Amino acid sequence: MMQPTENGFYGEFGGAFVPEMLYANVEELRQNYLLFLESDGFKKELADLLKHYVGRPTPLYRASNLSSHFGAEIYLKREDLTHTGAHKINNALGQILLARNMGKTHIIAETGAGQHGVAAATACALMGMPCKVFMGEVDIERQAPNVARMKMLGAEVVPATSGSKTLKDATNEAIRYWIGHPDTYYLIGSVVGPHPYPDLVARLQAVISKEIEEQLVKEVGVEQPDYVIACVGGGSNAAGAFYHFIENKKVKLVAVEAAGKGIDSGESAATFQLGTKGIIHGNQTLVMQTEEGQIIEPYSLSAGLDYPGIGPMLAHLLHTGRCEALSATDEEALQAAMLLTQKEGIIPALESAHALAALHKLSLKPKEVVVVNLSGRGDKDLGTYMKHFNL
Amino acid sequence: MNRITATFLKQKSLLNIFITAGYPALDSLPTLASQLFEHGVDILEVGMPYSDPLADGPVIQETSSLALQNGITLQRIFEQVKLIRQTEKDAPIFLMGYLNQLLQFGPEAFCKACAEAEVDGLIIPDLPYEIYQEKYQSLLKTYGLAISFLVTPRTNDLRIKALDQACNSFLYIVSDNSITGGSKDQFSSSQLAYFKRINSMKLKNPTMIGFGISSKKMLKQAGNYANGAIIGTAYLESVKRGEQSNFIKELTQQNL
Repeated sequence: MMQPTENGFYGEFGGAFVPEMLYANVEELRQNYLLFLESDGFKKELADLLKHYVGRPTPLYRASNLSSHFGAEIYLKREDLTHTGAHKINNALGQILLARNMGKTHIIAETGAGQHGVAAATACALMGMPCKVFMGEVDIERQAPNVARMKMLGAEVVPATSGSKTLKDATNEAIRYWIGHPDTYYLIGSVVGPHPYPDLVARLQAVISKEIEEQLVKEVGVEQPDYVIACVGGGSNAAGAFYHFIENKKVKLVAVEAAGKGIDSGESAATFQLGTKGIIHGNQTLVMQTEEGQIIEPYSLSAGLDYPGIGPMLAHLLHTGRCEALSATDEEALQAAMLLTQKEGIIPALESAHALAALHKLSLKPKEVVVVNLSGRGDKDLGTYMKHFNL
Repeated sequence: MNRITATFLKQKSLLNIFITAGYPALDSLPTLASQLFEHGVDILEVGMPYSDPLADGPVIQETSSLALQNGITLQRIFEQVKLIRQTEKDAPIFLMGYLNQLLQFGPEAFCKACAEAEVDGLIIPDLPYEIYQEKYQSLLKTYGLAISFLVTPRTNDLRIKALDQACNSFLYIVSDNSITGGSKDQFSSSQLAYFKRINSMKLKNPTMIGFGISSKKMLKQAGNYANGAIIGTAYLESVKRGEQSNFIKELTQQNL
């Protein structure tokens, strides 16, 4: 468990650096989120949805061919098998119940690759709530199938035309809309944003590590894994996969970020390595920025990892040495995706393939239990795979 | 007496104009500023362009992006303010920007550069007043810099009083639940009721109303409930059209 201070700080990271126009919105959420999240009614309703609608618990699958390949016990946490095909739905359903409990009737969300947008639109369709998804104009062009999904689910996709027209700008636009529409609920997609969002989203994604813990004990017969590996963009799947293991120092936590074309290429999203302490989207964390604090547009072939910041909880885990940061380039991720597909018959999301690529970089010993969070499935990345593998 | 105190002693409704530094051209600021002061503008607010300006509407965002493309930097802004100060000795100059800019420049180096350029105060919308008091208040005091805080229609009375306590220049009364900009030509009755409420609170700081002010009528209305008004978006739109001289002339004639 890892909880921030009352003001939302994890060590020196976090907080709520928001303009006064946003203060009341954020404060309303801060005062309410734990009341609802910890109530029996909320827990029961969410558990029911996660079981029957999402298909949880997701399997903890022993990848035997991959295990032989790497000479260790490799387990995959199959978030790719959830409804909508990625871990994002865990958070979207939790927050929509929170929104309904808080009496909100309209939902807004931001999205980069479209996975969170689809999850939010799905939750809104289920609850019969109108949904606006802010998406960078550039991303709308790159991610046409997810745009179509959101539209079919009844969401309005609003192009973000400011700045670099990608995820960070979609987030800015969603926040600006929220300022003008305080009756709206802002359903944020990752462990980022002003307090209490990082804590709220981490708690909703914590179901991943809770299940891993239970499944290891019950199905594998070990008390804890030696490693938990997850990819990191904003960091929601990593926060969820790490959450219940943070206090257990026997478990090595490995966060894998996108090195794009290489850490030193000038085209990467390696916030852990290249970021410095700064403020983005209302929290203090590691940020990719210029010397004067202008935020840099990151690059990764995977649209879910190109975020110039990182959740403050993860920044803190890294800063205190609790979590190790590795990176994988576009090419390494592509090769890891191909390896998993051919060894296990599972096509991973390109984001999750970054986590798999880290297996090459660890000196694993036989019998060591390694859990890789397979955060999403690869259907959305087929176009990329077709292009790069000449399929 | 400092420039801010002296200015708010003037028996008139004050006009504060916001300019994005580096817009429309890299070195436009000093020329635009002297034109404003010639027409009797009382306070200058210089926007420090930022890549992710959360509190700003589309017009100021666009001017900020263009200014950054033009190559504006904080160092240049300080140089340009120094240039303005060579001729304009009395009008307060505020810098408006985001906390990350100050953090990366280094809070102390930033305050020192402000003092050297004879900047009078700062407006940092994403700096919570609690953090200001904890970390920056004494630093600003050391360098003789004042601070302004924003109040919105959703800020409760208790918080308004706390903001008033932390503030030592003027309270920036945000006219609406919105980001900067807007297209109305007069205030609604609920906005006027909100101004009246603030005005009746007997705050220690003077007040200026900003966000969405675009017409002479609104400027005059603002003067009935506050010490003046701040105009940014409408002014920058006039700059874009190349009509800023007429725009200011009309506003200041009305303002007399």
